[in-house]
Amino acid sequence: MADFLQHIINGIATGTIYALVALGYTMVYGVLKLINFAHGDVMMVGAYVGYATALKMGPGTRSSFLGAVLVFLLSMACCAILGFLIERLAYRPLREKPRLTSLITAIGISFALEYGFQLNIGFLPGAAPRAFPEIIVPTEWLIIGDRDVVLWNWQVLSFAIAVALMLVLQYLVFKTRFGRAMRAVSFDHRIAALMGIPTDRVIAITFMLGSGLAAGAGILYAIKDTIVQPLMGLYVGLKAFVAAVIGGIGHVPGAMVGALLLGLVEEFVVGYTSSTWRDAVAFGFLILVLLLRPEGLFGRVTAEKV
Amino acid sequence: MQSAQATVKAVGLPYGVRGILPILLAIPVIALAQWLLIGLPNGPFVIYIASIVGVNLILAVSLNIVNGMTGQFSIGHAGFMAVGAYTAGKFSLHAKDLVISHLPAAMSDQVLFLFALLIGGCTAALCGFIVGLPSLRLRGDYLAIVTLGFGEIIRVILQSTEAFGRALGLAGIPQWSSLFMVWIWAFITVLAARRIAGSSHGRSLWAIREDEVAAEAMGVDTTSYKVRAFVVSSFFAGIAGGLFAHFVPIINPGSFTFVKSIEVVVMVVAGGLGSTTGAIVASIFLTLLPEALRSAFTAISGNAEIAQRVDQIRMPIYGLLLVTLMLVRPQGLFGNRELWDVIPRWIPRRRRAA
Amino acid sequence: MRPLSFALALALGFLTVGCEKKNEQGEGGARSGGTPPPPQATTASGATAADTTVPGAPSGGAPVSNADVILLGEVGSLTGSEATFGISTRDGIELALKEANEAGGVKGKKVAVRVYDDQGKPEEAANAVTRLISQDRVKMVLGEVASSNSLAMAPKCQSGQVPMITPSSTNPKVTAVGDYIFRVCFIDPFQGFVMAKFAKENLKFSRASVLKDVKSAYSLGLTEVFTHKFTEMGGKIVGVEAYSKGDSDFRAQLTAIKAQKPDAIYVPGYYTDVGIIARQAREIGIKVPLLGGDGWDSEKLWELGGSAIVGSYFSNHYSPDDPSPRVQTFLTKYKAAYGGIPDSLAALGYDAANVAINAMKQAPDLSGPSIRAALAQTKDFPGVAGTITLDENRNPVKPAVVLQVGSGKNKYVATISP
Repeated sequence: MADFLQHIINGIATGTIYALVALGYTMVYGVLKLINFAHGDVMMVGAYVGYATALKMGPGTRSSFLGAVLVFLLSMACCAILGFLIERLAYRPLREKPRLTSLITAIGISFALEYGFQLNIGFLPGAAPRAFPEIIVPTEWLIIGDRDVVLWNWQVLSFAIAVALMLVLQYLVFKTRFGRAMRAVSFDHRIAALMGIPTDRVIAITFMLGSGLAAGAGILYAIKDTIVQPLMGLYVGLKAFVAAVIGGIGHVPGAMVGALLLGLVEEFVVGYTSSTWRDAVAFGFLILVLLLRPEGLFGRVTAEKV
Repeated sequence: MQSAQATVKAVGLPYGVRGILPILLAIPVIALAQWLLIGLPNGPFVIYIASIVGVNLILAVSLNIVNGMTGQFSIGHAGFMAVGAYTAGKFSLHAKDLVISHLPAAMSDQVLFLFALLIGGCTAALCGFIVGLPSLRLRGDYLAIVTLGFGEIIRVILQSTEAFGRALGLAGIPQWSSLFMVWIWAFITVLAARRIAGSSHGRSLWAIREDEVAAEAMGVDTTSYKVRAFVVSSFFAGIAGGLFAHFVPIINPGSFTFVKSIEVVVMVVAGGLGSTTGAIVASIFLTLLPEALRSAFTAISGNAEIAQRVDQIRMPIYGLLLVTLMLVRPQGLFGNRELWDVIPRWIPRRRRAA
Repeated sequence: MRPLSFALALALGFLTVGCEKKNEQGEGGARSGGTPPPPQATTASGATAADTTVPGAPSGGAPVSNADVILLGEVGSLTGSEATFGISTRDGIELALKEANEAGGVKGKKVAVRVYDDQGKPEEAANAVTRLISQDRVKMVLGEVASSNSLAMAPKCQSGQVPMITPSSTNPKVTAVGDYIFRVCFIDPFQGFVMAKFAKENLKFSRASVLKDVKSAYSLGLTEVFTHKFTEMGGKIVGVEAYSKGDSDFRAQLTAIKAQKPDAIYVPGYYTDVGIIARQAREIGIKVPLLGGDGWDSEKLWELGGSAIVGSYFSNHYSPDDPSPRVQTFLTKYKAAYGGIPDSLAALGYDAANVAINAMKQAPDLSGPSIRAALAQTKDFPGVAGTITLDENRNPVKPAVVLQVGSGKNKYVATISP
């Protein structure tokens, strides 16, 4: 029983990370109908920026509340800029072209980021994993039995941050004018432009928001697994996309539910069978969902008009 | 779109032979090439590189059938290559001590090799069918992720199966491959691709690429044709994998990752989606370029450090290359066009009325 | 009708090939039913044994005149996640070569090494060694560290008749590939036994769990031996879990191990994963020490493992605390050249290079078979990581040390002899 509880804690911790990244995916897909393959790698960049900042700050400063917040904010800001640049330079020129072109571009950027960061030149860190400096002093918040089940402060914090961000996003999308603009653009960006909505700006800001969220996820992931390495974004990105699809792509709470579900299932499969199936779980889940209920758990069935 | 083929009709040859005439012509040419190259001082290395080029060529041309001619987006090609490599390798491992009676050992080896390749190819084609049937109902973006997922699942299955050596892979596969074998199969693949493109099957595929809904409305059973293209493409990927298994000392799941799939996609996209010639040119160029650079840098600097840098830089450059290509010239090098559509215009000869 | 003609054409094609091969190599190779003699003799891929008798020379214009340099090849993981392995080994080798050149070289010529990076991947290692043998025409190959990579390289060296010395691959299958493959370190059957003995007799543990890496031959080999020997000595293996090299989340497996309540966890993996495993183990509440093998030996272990790894034990090839003059001289020289304390990878690289140089000096000429014969005769060679005498399987019989991880430095605990 105790390890069952521990598995649940681990699964939720993993699922939270997927959720934050999935939120970005779902938003971008909503407005652009584009699977942003590079999203996972933006997360990786965020983790590295956080690593560099925390390292510069030194042990005392970085574990203080202000220090930790600064690490987060700085990394989110950097990734927002990165997201803006990617959208502006690579995706905007191709908006009117067939979707395949944008998809290939997204793959290209993902590749360039992953393998670029594996080089050892200049500020590029190289492929060897590095330990992420402590920015949250880990303390145990709950112990059951003789350390049979342990819950840490940063696990609860991650979850809380993810839920808070999701609520903020939900508010943003449904209760503000900007959110209405986002939804309008996601229905049909040409008509939205005719209605006077600055589509380019809306899309750019959506990208920036998504990338910022990914950066936050990156730092939380680095805290959870204590290392940063250039390929950390690849599988997280893919699994977050799977989570978004499971929940219904375009649907914000759906992405969160899908992500938690995926995290839990993955943890249980690995815990009770073997770790080699970890990655296959996500894809198997995806294929199942796409075959049985392609619109996802919360999505609506849309008829494709010709 | 495909123009009518203006080849000289070989009048007088029986119907069956005309179909395989190109292969009959190619056999002595390739055999001659092999005989010449073996004689070179660094023969084995040249053969090795040429084999890698051949394998990449088969992969690119076969992927072009799905990605280019049919307009789908499959990025799990390495998975089918893996299936082909492992099944062919496993067969050879068990068959390497067998001799077919009445044949000299060398020839019996090659016959067994051919068997192994066909087994690999057919298994891969079967996997292509299993993968294609449910997924080809999906739209472009989803198909990409699903094919990627299948590629990964295949890799994970291979990694967990004791019979396939798990993560350490298969070693000791008899090295029966030769330049001749690799290049004859490359030739067959190109021939098949060309024939498909010019046939009525091909027209349906092009139609699906241009506008799937219109094609369906015109009576083309899109799912069936897509699956067919997928199966053919997987067959050749399996052949490529089988060939690969027979000239490298050890095969393990690490050689067939997502990265390999993307490399093949880059070749197809850079050459031009839909152009077999483009796939050929791009695969040869992109395989030889890093090797040439490596050799050049090693020769210039006397040590291999810079050459290693080149190899590392190759990957992010691929990524940036894709992006630049899409921004600047999305139709790739050759677009839709084929070399053999252009050549007849250069040869001044009386053309028969079509 | 058409398929028949196609089949006919294929048959024609193969007759052509068949005839061709006969002309080239006389009768095709006889069926021998095993790996040696090299199966490549029966194909037309042309990997004949003729290459290695050509006097070694880089194929391009190297700065030093061709005839004066004996070229050795090295394959290592200079990048990738086990980068310190490759870098340390290369440093050790280059130090040995520098000393040899200063002392006059081998047979009047200088020795140089061409290093290729395999990024830690077996398929890249196979690529690199093909290049070294067929293109660069090296006399000998040094490498690799990881057994999986050495296994990928060995068949090519064997069939190319280029002697290969692996400094640190401990899996017994590596030298079993053929008589051209040698090593200068102990093998896993011994290493697994060392840790089993240490755990049972020195630490008095009776229950152990194992967390193995399914992606490396090294880890799988050690697991097998450890479980076997530990049970033989009266201990009980209460569970075996697995991970893949490169994973970053081991909590699921560690939770399962926690429930098994072992006295210690045997983690025969590489330092990149072991550091994280230690951290996560402490985090979910496991208090028992971890045990491991020489794959832990890297300065990065402390960075990645932090305080979680302190107090755990691992078996290794040599200890910098060893007061013997050989070790201390090596430490001084290494410090002067590179700064810092050499890990066992560097020491073994140094030994491997010296054994190679010694064999080349003893051999009558520099052809592959002669160097091989000289190597096989290596006896009582004074290596930094122990005296090296190669047995009939081309493996040395040496003692191992057990070290305990301290903060920033390892502490010597015991020596265990075979």
